[in-house]
Amino acid sequence: MKKISLEMGSGGKLMRDFLHDSILERFQSPLLAELSDAARLPLGVAFTTDSYVVDPLVFPGGDIGCLSVFGTVNDLVVSGARPLYLSLGLILEEGLESGLLDRILRSIAKAARKSGVEVVTGDTKVVRRGQGDKIYINTAGIGTPVGRPSPGRIRPGDKILVTGPLGDHSVAIMSARGELGFETRVTSDCAPLLFLLPLWKKGALWMRDITRGGLATVLSELAENIPYPLIISEEKIPLSRPVRSAAEILGIDPLYLACEGRAAVIVPEKKADLALREIRRHPNGRKAAVIGEVTSRIGEPGELLLETATGGLRRLEALTSELLPRIC
Amino acid sequence: MRELRNPKVLRALLADIRRKTPSSPSPLRIMEVCGTHTMAIHRFGLKAPLEEAGIRMISGPGCPVCITPNAVHDAAIGLVTREENMILATFGDMTRVPARRGSLQTAVPARNSRIQIVYSPDQALEAARKEPRKEVVFFGAGFETTTPAIALTVKKAHEENIRNYSVLAALWLIPPAIRAILEAGEIALSGFLYPGHVSAIIGLDPYRFVPAEYGLPGAVAGFEPADILLGIRSVLEQLAGGTPGVSLEYSRAVASEGNAAARNLMREILEPKDAVWRGLGLIRGSALQIKKKYAAFDAETKHGLKIRGKDADVPGCRCGEVLRGLITPEDCRLFGRKCRPESPIGPCMVSMEGACLVHHKYGPKKGLANEKN
Amino acid sequence: MCLGIPGKVVEIDAAGSGKVDYEGTRVLTNFALLPGIKPGDWVIVHAGFAITRMNEKEARKTLNLLKEIEAKT
Repeated sequence: MKKISLEMGSGGKLMRDFLHDSILERFQSPLLAELSDAARLPLGVAFTTDSYVVDPLVFPGGDIGCLSVFGTVNDLVVSGARPLYLSLGLILEEGLESGLLDRILRSIAKAARKSGVEVVTGDTKVVRRGQGDKIYINTAGIGTPVGRPSPGRIRPGDKILVTGPLGDHSVAIMSARGELGFETRVTSDCAPLLFLLPLWKKGALWMRDITRGGLATVLSELAENIPYPLIISEEKIPLSRPVRSAAEILGIDPLYLACEGRAAVIVPEKKADLALREIRRHPNGRKAAVIGEVTSRIGEPGELLLETATGGLRRLEALTSELLPRIC
Repeated sequence: MRELRNPKVLRALLADIRRKTPSSPSPLRIMEVCGTHTMAIHRFGLKAPLEEAGIRMISGPGCPVCITPNAVHDAAIGLVTREENMILATFGDMTRVPARRGSLQTAVPARNSRIQIVYSPDQALEAARKEPRKEVVFFGAGFETTTPAIALTVKKAHEENIRNYSVLAALWLIPPAIRAILEAGEIALSGFLYPGHVSAIIGLDPYRFVPAEYGLPGAVAGFEPADILLGIRSVLEQLAGGTPGVSLEYSRAVASEGNAAARNLMREILEPKDAVWRGLGLIRGSALQIKKKYAAFDAETKHGLKIRGKDADVPGCRCGEVLRGLITPEDCRLFGRKCRPESPIGPCMVSMEGACLVHHKYGPKKGLANEKN
Repeated sequence: MCLGIPGKVVEIDAAGSGKVDYEGTRVLTNFALLPGIKPGDWVIVHAGFAITRMNEKEARKTLNLLKEIEAKT
């Protein structure tokens, strides 16, 4: 009899298979089948949910509390909706220090205020010591549509932007875990992406927040769903120096590092300059950059290509399984 | 050291290599023994320009994840799924190799047991200190670069009388593998690129039998693209001069006598043994085992593991031939089809230095002119 | 962690453990394999252990060799 393995939660192939075989098959719903960041309900709202099990609970730049708000808020933003309401489900482990819980709740409240959302409903459960890892959080979010992602209108020449340096969150978490034996001053980029909302009226065709699997996964999933290949340039990708060297040491490609406050955006070429200026006005978008484009002069449909810094060209694929530091 | 990746410098080195390569109808075959070299050659786009210059780089067996037989993985998986209160500590790469009962990554540990990924053997020992009621087994796989560190943890465990720590050893030696490949005579090689960091430990002497007994040149090289090209250039110079030897092209990190302190430590705790390599079969004196004096820290003895070297790879998997340099990953029917990074059939598709994964990740694309290189 | 780019030793304690710095990232390192190593030295770290000391003079020789080769083209 097969058992669930940790690998299934990593976002790679096993999870995708699970989604298709066990979830979509069972819950025959055209809305669900879209597997988009938020479902657009005929009621005129966007609806999304996410669960947060991050370890450690507190890390440089944030904690599980603000993560649980911003993560859900950002899913709504990149789906073209202004976030309005959140539900908050808490599963607490017996023995959790109330000081820590207070801190997390304060963090949630602060993040909610920052995102302009109201926590309107929720639930709290306590499980026996040893049956839950201190705290698990689930948030569901509801927003009102302000634009509509239209990947169907993406054409060669459209530009790909990222809103800031990649990988800060991943590196901060790995460092805070202390299991990989390194320290860094890098702090998580955990933040709301509300400043992207106006772009829906200024030509944005598609957005995705760059979470688990990193930029390469997010873009290669898009490439699979449009008829044109994408090409990005290694040298244009914003990376802070400490993240670059941490990734080098760990043997991890920075294009696969997760963020919690960065997005990839696609806009038509003519609107790219304006979009970039708009994003850069915001403190979290200062280092935004155009990193590539949708193309028709090279590659084949479904491909994500990378122009490397040493002058070569290669194909990037979605993350297939948990990122593991290398050994030799 | 940006210079070592500077495209202008690389182009100049390639031009020099082209000049120095004797013209010949078939390419000159140089074996890069070390998996990290295989990865670097592909990652920095050196494979194609070297082919154009008439040099074919052949991947060798220097990937510990790739050559550790399934039987050892099976032993590790068996331990952690059967025994309670156990911590199986391991390097990351090892967990994805598909063995008979699946991989460590998909294994579900027994009650109160866990698999812990570590970046250093020290961490495994520390886990044993911190959790005295758990039994820690460190699945220690590696070549001479990693072995001294593993030996040190055994020494410390002995000194501190740490009773809940042992090592499941898969400690391989590079020079015997090189000899085995040359003795098998399956491919015609013109020279070798020797591993930079293994050499930092063992020095140059262990390779001297290659020019002395087989008349083949070789160079110890580092891992930046310029380092690799300097190494190849040196092999060509030795060929041209008819003076095969062991040249040191990574002198900023390697002393020709290697690291004596590290070697002494290895000699103190470990001794050579014959061992079966995946794909290469039995090679005399090619691995290290923990000496009887330290048997309390040898997981095989302590936990009564019966590791049989004889085991079959999954049918159709040609990892062994890839490791011997006989075929390229593309020659295998499973490559890119049934055997892919997300569903690897053999370890060469798992390890970041495995030739199959490297070829899949960085391989030339069909229908794409690699103009920029 | 095998990639082994050189880093600078920033601290060593009496037990032979310490940290190596790579442009802002600090790796916990065991220096037992390099007796006599001190802060300021450059090393290659592998699996949490410093395995070899960098030789600056040799590094400069390599750079000069590269310059020569580039000039010849």
